[in-house]
Parts: sequence; structure tokens; C-alpha cells
Amino acid sequence: MAEIFVLVDHANGQVRKTTNELLTIAARLGEPSAIYLGPGAADAQATLAKYGAKRVYALDSADVTGYLVAPQAEFIAALAKKLKPAAILIPANPAGKEIGARVAIKTDSGLITDAIDVQPADGGAIETTQSVFAGSYTVKAKVTKGTPIICVKPNSAAPQENAAAGQVVPVNLTIPESAKGAQITEAKEKQSTGRPELTEAAIVVAGGRGTGGDFSAVEAFADSLGAAVGASRAAVDAGWYPHTSQIGQTGKQVSPQLYVAAGISGAIQHRAGMQTSKTIVAVNKDPEAPIFELVDFGVVGDLFTVLPAATEKIQASKA
Amino acid sequence: MNIVVCVKHVPDAQADRGFNESDLTTDRQSVDGLLSELDEYAVEEALKIAEAAGGEVTVLTIGPAQAADAVKKALQMGADKGVHVSDDAIKGSDAWGTSLILAEAITKIGETDIVLTGMSSTDGSMGVVPAMVAERLSLPQITFSAAVSIDGKTVTARRDGDAASETIVGTLPALVSVTDQINEPRYPSFKGIMAAKKKPVETWSLADLGIDASQVGLANAYTEVISVTKRPPRAQGQIVTDEGDGGEQLAAFLAAGKFI
Repeated sequence: MAEIFVLVDHANGQVRKTTNELLTIAARLGEPSAIYLGPGAADAQATLAKYGAKRVYALDSADVTGYLVAPQAEFIAALAKKLKPAAILIPANPAGKEIGARVAIKTDSGLITDAIDVQPADGGAIETTQSVFAGSYTVKAKVTKGTPIICVKPNSAAPQENAAAGQVVPVNLTIPESAKGAQITEAKEKQSTGRPELTEAAIVVAGGRGTGGDFSAVEAFADSLGAAVGASRAAVDAGWYPHTSQIGQTGKQVSPQLYVAAGISGAIQHRAGMQTSKTIVAVNKDPEAPIFELVDFGVVGDLFTVLPAATEKIQASKA
Repeated sequence: MNIVVCVKHVPDAQADRGFNESDLTTDRQSVDGLLSELDEYAVEEALKIAEAAGGEVTVLTIGPAQAADAVKKALQMGADKGVHVSDDAIKGSDAWGTSLILAEAITKIGETDIVLTGMSSTDGSMGVVPAMVAERLSLPQITFSAAVSIDGKTVTARRDGDAASETIVGTLPALVSVTDQINEPRYPSFKGIMAAKKKPVETWSLADLGIDASQVGLANAYTEVISVTKRPPRAQGQIVTDEGDGGEQLAAFLAAGKFI
């Protein structure tokens, strides 16, 4: 059975849920193998095996972790040239897409990014689904040359346990100087909010201009639902919320089960980041706000009265 | 300091974008095009670097005749000269082909210290062409920069990720891509608009770059679009006006949807 590479997304041994999703997709296409770069492969091994990785190709080297993107691409391309996988799956975050880009050039292969579904098709082909133009079109595509390299978005598959050996295979590779052009000299870790990761969360509550900079009602409401908190570009540009929480064209694209927009008008750039959410709810003072064109349920009202009242109800129903 | 800024002419995101039915390529005719909003940040950063360190800013684009508008806008903002690669055989190129053409054009422009780009286009929005160009030209890749400083031959950038904010350091020549957090792009001044009319713009074909038509274009792409489907409009939902019970109604909706 053909081998399918999955690049593991992790934080020092903590495997992110997206990796389990990618392993689940890989099992549809062939035999999943994980690629683990950086420290913590031994800690991650059990999780990777549980979700179907037969092998875990691992390299922990400062030559890989100390530089931006290029060494990781070097590693994957070298492994791909040797083992000839049937496909390479990579998380569709900015670094993942850049790794895919460089592997595509190195291995003379086609690249598809931001897939929301990946399925086997006739004749051994692999068919991808993407959502494009701010979620207004669905595109099906395939790679026609080389090894399909596919960057897959979070929440594109429900992780399925599928026990496999998960044998750790250390791989030695000397990273050439040419791949060490962009050195990471410092990394300031972000403080954890204790809330779910924005792109992985089942529920996202986002605040915009209408918060006036006060996110307390948005956060309290989000916490009552166990949701991640996001922000519109207007709120981020005003300095009210960190840029890493921005939802929209130039921020995160989320596709949760439930998206709640509070005090967000719903400009096209924002819609590009949330339009594919399953259920959409909005609270906005302005009945003409374009966000109301998208909603399953909308409340025309002040978020500072509507959200706390809803929060209280939700907490009461849980108690 | 010689800077090449790669820019793209894209269909206006505010308009109703779509695809050509015949070959499933992006429809660039029925929707007005413009300089991709995210490329304005790259042009602005190039101008700031050139203003501080001296040097020349060349704007580079690929696309049909109307793509010249993207070059014009960048020249109006203050770039010095333009290069427009245009050839019927380019139509339908994917990121693989686009990066090849850009790399060859940058090589032909010559003596470049910094290749600057935006973080992604606003149409294809893959965000991979900068990394591909860096790979092809063996340049240090300093991408998704939210802040950039140049000191002699050293470029230092801040890259904000989910887990951490990283400091990236490389040596020129390098490829640098910038996010929309980096600056506030200037509007062309009247003087800039008038001056742009006299700035040189060269138009190059694939032959000028030594690229064979069999390497690029739709037929030679490394990916193929099988189908495109317009997403059905969302059904009009229920909208209530808060008259004291808006929060309660919201909670009831969420409970009915089993979100609580």
C-alpha cells in the first residue's frame, strides 16, 4: 500500500488535533507515515500510533528548528525522493503552506493549499475540495504532476482512531547551508488564554467595532459556551485584541459548528474568514449590517445587554 | 539598495468574482481589476526602505494587458520603474508556473538586494509564491514579516505566529514578504500621479525570459481544477429585535441547536 506522508503539527511533543485529522485523511489514501521535526517525538509517538501512523520519521536538530521553513522542506523533499510517497499532507497554516511550496519546487510536484476535504478518486487520483473567493465557490481539484502535496485546513475530517505501530524511525540528514538563510534568533511564546485554538474550536465568538474595545461581554459569553474568541480587523487595528485572533482574509479562516459575531458589520474581508461556518449568529445594533444577510439567527440590539443576558441564561441552564 | 516588488492585478474582492465557464480559470474580464490590496503594503515597505537607504524600486507584475494598471498604481505611489511580463501563453498558470516566471524576471532585472512581496494575493490567496520564488533563487526567505529593519547587509523581521512571535534574521540579498500589520500604505499624491506618467515600464514576453511556453500556462499547470460550484446563498435566518428578551431568545436558539 502506498505510503502517505503527514507532517506533524506539534508544540514540543504535544500533537495538535489537526495532525490526527491529517492521519485520518491519509488512511483513506494509503498507509499513513508521520514526519516529526523538532524535540518530543517520543512523547508524541503514542498519539501518532493511535491515529494510524505506521512509522514516525523523526529528526530533532537545531539545524531544523533554528531556521525558518527551508530546512523542514529540505527534510521532507529528501525523504520523498527516497521513499516516493503517494501524497504529502501538510497543515494549511502559513508555515505549512510555505513548506509545501518549497517541497513542490524541490520535487517538481503540484501543490494544492487550503483543502477542506481530500478523497481518493478513480485511477488512484486524489481529489481535493477548496472553498474560494471568500467562501462563495467550492472548487474540486487534483494534482497532475509529481507527488500531490496537499495543505489541509483544520476541521477537515473527524479524527478516527486506527491503531498502528507508530515505529519511530530516526532519520539523519545534514541540512545544507543554503537552507539556513533565515535564522530564528528569538521566539517569544504567546501567553495561553486557556481557551480553545481559534481554527480548531467547535464554537467561535468574535467581537468587532461594536465592542468599543471592551471585550469582557464577548469573553464571558464565549467562556459560557467553551468557545474560542476572535476579533474583526477593525478591533485588531484599533489595538483592542491581538492580531493572532483576527478572523478574515488576512487573519484566520475559521469554519466552526457555531460562529457568533458580536458588533461586527460583516465586510467582505471578514466574511472571507467565517462564511463557511455551519451555523452563524450575529448581535448588532445596526439592522442594516451586512452580517445579517448570512445569519441563521440574528439579534438587533446592544451586545452589552444581549450577551450578558444570554450568558446568564446559559450558565443557569448548566447549573 | 535595489528592490524588486512583486505585485498582482486581481479582480476586486468587493465585486461578484467568478470563473470562466470554458476553462474554469479565474474570470478577469467581467470584474474590474486593481492592485491587490495586500501588495500595497509591500510597495509601501519598499518605498520606506529605499527612502532610508537610497536605491531604486522596480515593480514587477505578470498578467494580461490590464495588469499594467497594478504597475501604474505602484509607480504613482512612488516606485521608480516597472516591468510587466505579458504573454498569451501565461494564462491559467498555477503557483508553480507563476513562481518560475517571477524568478526568471527577477534574474533578468539583475542586481537585486531585496525581493519584496505581499503575504498573499487576494484572489488565489495561497500565500505560497514568495516561498517558491525564494526556493528557486536560493534566497533567504523572510516571510510574513510584521516589522522589518535593515542594517547594512542584515535584515531583521518580526514574524507573528500562533504559538510565538519570532525574530528572523538573514543576510541580503533576501526575499521578504510583509503582512498588512507592517505599515499604512500611502495614497498616490497628485504629484505622484503626474510623475508616474514619465516613469519607464518595460513589457517582456516569455521569450524575453528564455521560458518555453510548454513550461507554463493552463495546459502545463501542475494542478487541475475539476469543477467549480457557486455556493448556494445562505437561507435567510430569523432576525429578532431586542426588546429586553434578546439575550433570552439567543440562549433559546443555542439550546435548540444543542450548542449549550
